Amino acid sequence: MAVAVEVDNVSKRFRIGDQKIRSLKERFITLRRQHFHDFWALRDIGFEVEEGETIGLLGHNGSGKSTLLKLIGGIMQPTMGQIRVRGRLASLLELGAGFHPDLTGRENVFMNASILGLTRRDVEARFDEIVEFAELEEFIDLQVKHYSSGMYVRLGFAVAVNVDPDVLLVDEVLAVGDETFQHKCLDRIHQFQRDGRTIVVVSHAPDLMRQICNRIAVLDHGHMVTYGAPGEAIRIFRDTLFMNAMERQQWLEARAAEEAAAAAAASKAHDEPAPGEPAPEPAPAEPVDPYHLSPLRITSVDLDHPNQDARTHLLPGEPLTVRVGFEAKEPVADVVFGLAIYDQRDGKLIYGANTDGLGVDVPVLDGPGEVVFELEAVPLLDGTYPITLGVHSKDEGTRYDWREQQHWFSVMNPDRRIGVVAFPLRVKVST
Amino acid sequence: MATTTPAPAATVGAGGTPRAADGGATVVAPHRSVREHLRLIWQYRELLHGLVRKELKVRYKGSTLGFVWSMLNPALSLAVYYLVFAVFLKSAIPYFAIFLLSGMLAWNLFTASIPAATASVVGNAPLIKKVYFPREVLPLATIGAALVHFFLQSLVMAGALVILRYDVSWEYLWLVVPAVITLLLFTAALGIFLSAVNVYLRDTQHLIEILLMMWFWVTPILYHYTLVSDRLAAHGLAWLPRLNPMTNIVLALQRGIWGRAYGDPDPVTGVAPQLLPDASVWWYLGNLGIVAGVSAVLILVAIKVFDRLEGNFAEEI
Repeated sequence: MAVAVEVDNVSKRFRIGDQKIRSLKERFITLRRQHFHDFWALRDIGFEVEEGETIGLLGHNGSGKSTLLKLIGGIMQPTMGQIRVRGRLASLLELGAGFHPDLTGRENVFMNASILGLTRRDVEARFDEIVEFAELEEFIDLQVKHYSSGMYVRLGFAVAVNVDPDVLLVDEVLAVGDETFQHKCLDRIHQFQRDGRTIVVVSHAPDLMRQICNRIAVLDHGHMVTYGAPGEAIRIFRDTLFMNAMERQQWLEARAAEEAAAAAAASKAHDEPAPGEPAPEPAPAEPVDPYHLSPLRITSVDLDHPNQDARTHLLPGEPLTVRVGFEAKEPVADVVFGLAIYDQRDGKLIYGANTDGLGVDVPVLDGPGEVVFELEAVPLLDGTYPITLGVHSKDEGTRYDWREQQHWFSVMNPDRRIGVVAFPLRVKVST
Repeated sequence: MATTTPAPAATVGAGGTPRAADGGATVVAPHRSVREHLRLIWQYRELLHGLVRKELKVRYKGSTLGFVWSMLNPALSLAVYYLVFAVFLKSAIPYFAIFLLSGMLAWNLFTASIPAATASVVGNAPLIKKVYFPREVLPLATIGAALVHFFLQSLVMAGALVILRYDVSWEYLWLVVPAVITLLLFTAALGIFLSAVNVYLRDTQHLIEILLMMWFWVTPILYHYTLVSDRLAAHGLAWLPRLNPMTNIVLALQRGIWGRAYGDPDPVTGVAPQLLPDASVWWYLGNLGIVAGVSAVLILVAIKVFDRLEGNFAEEI
């Protein structure tokens, strides 16, 4: 297999000045006092894409994935390292880039195609196909400024895919246009794959990537975290994303604490209460635990699955055990334990059950104890699933304790099914 | 590795499109050689052609007079200069209109190209940010558009010469061709250089307007060459005006079209004043050759500078 795209130890640095010097006057005034700091958008990235492969660049905003795509497309040059691309390259970085509003659709097709590297003769041969794909037969001689944004995008996509590239770069463009057009784009990309073309796609939508990519490179803050099979790469992506969220949370908390301390110091220094006046109210203490007086408390929650020593995530269909430890300070009757599982992506409830509904008898509780929810299988696909646990009376008049989405588990899907539920499925094809 | 096996996919597309010499691989590296730049520009000549067409189409879209506008402006300034210099100031130059137009042809091409070329990269920011193509094509396209106007003006000039039954000096007339080629080389070098610099120093495009105005007056277009060179010769500086590349180009055009070196003889003394250097066609051609050679080197330098600066175009614009 030949290598279609070879990214060889590529780094990209952006110089960020305190202010960009844009005029001669400023340059003279500031002379050498301009302070730059370097920002490495990409650091030592290296991977190869084989011919006919579709690879994804996955990362959160600011991870450098779009910069990398621009480097592959030749729109920017790397600071270090080099990239080799074999064959004709077309990019769908922005559809209809370079359309001139005053020119007609027809004129713009020729213009745009020549920017993408087609000769006039090439375009003439493909013109009808382009117009048909864009579904703009009636409007092709209209000035582009009268086009709707959808028409604009359709024409741009039609030109780009008809450039007949060996290597196609795609940057989130599949998120534009209406649904039917998106399907058309996807179809076209699948057709490219069948034709054995190489595709590099950038997205932060893991599910789309899983659907179309053979391999995925995960980028985080300009570094390549991993490059490999989609399932594993997406799991790692989720982990880094989660880690980042945790770090950010910690940072925010630390800063809030600092600010509070500073504010407190300042208010002490300036607002000495004048004699005779009532002293300022004490700062509110930590949020009061609404259940701190409850006679029945949850003391521990443990999530167990068979392979938890090897990995933190579940595979689709693996069992999960939720152990809830509790303690009753006094005898409590009429108790219901409940469990609910949510999908983190949209917060939707995907499963809920309680002892009452299941017909499980809960005796009068006194002292410590444990409730075990044994899920024989978790038929879920990729994602992080928060769990809510509650203890309440049968009529829900009294909530003894409630842990709203404080615990979670995640599932990683190693294969190429998409969606939320891992239906057990067998497919038979007979002829 | 990419270089060892020929890419079967490289034969898929119809020809004439980005295909590198290096075994079909396009290399994106921090810098490219000047040779590679030139090769890419040549490869994208269709785009250059398309951009020139677009430039002209867009400029005259929806205007009734269309191309007439491109003639009106130089025609009007020509009329004003003629009125002031030939009628009011009684210039010693016979057939002043033709003398003037000979120089103005070159100057109009230059002054229409340079400011537009300077602004071309910044002005096409959306394109630069999204699509790859050799960026030098942008300043070159503005020169191409100016060249189209130049040809239209030349037609008017030729028409005027025929109608006036002007006595053209055939011996010198062919200087027009090398003069225009030299002018294009020099304009291209300057245009490519300025378009890149303007991305980082946006004042360039304003500064250049002022410089062009000054440049116009130090170039012997409204006055004859000897007016200045004779005075400088007294100080041993006769060579000084010819350091201006535009002077050499304008001189060749004036000698080629206007066709004389001397004015009309003085009615009293019978001596004809010398207006242009009374030199052979080879002297003019030699000067053009020097300017063309220097311009060719400048183009290479400009591309080198362009290469250094273009790495961050997409970011800086």
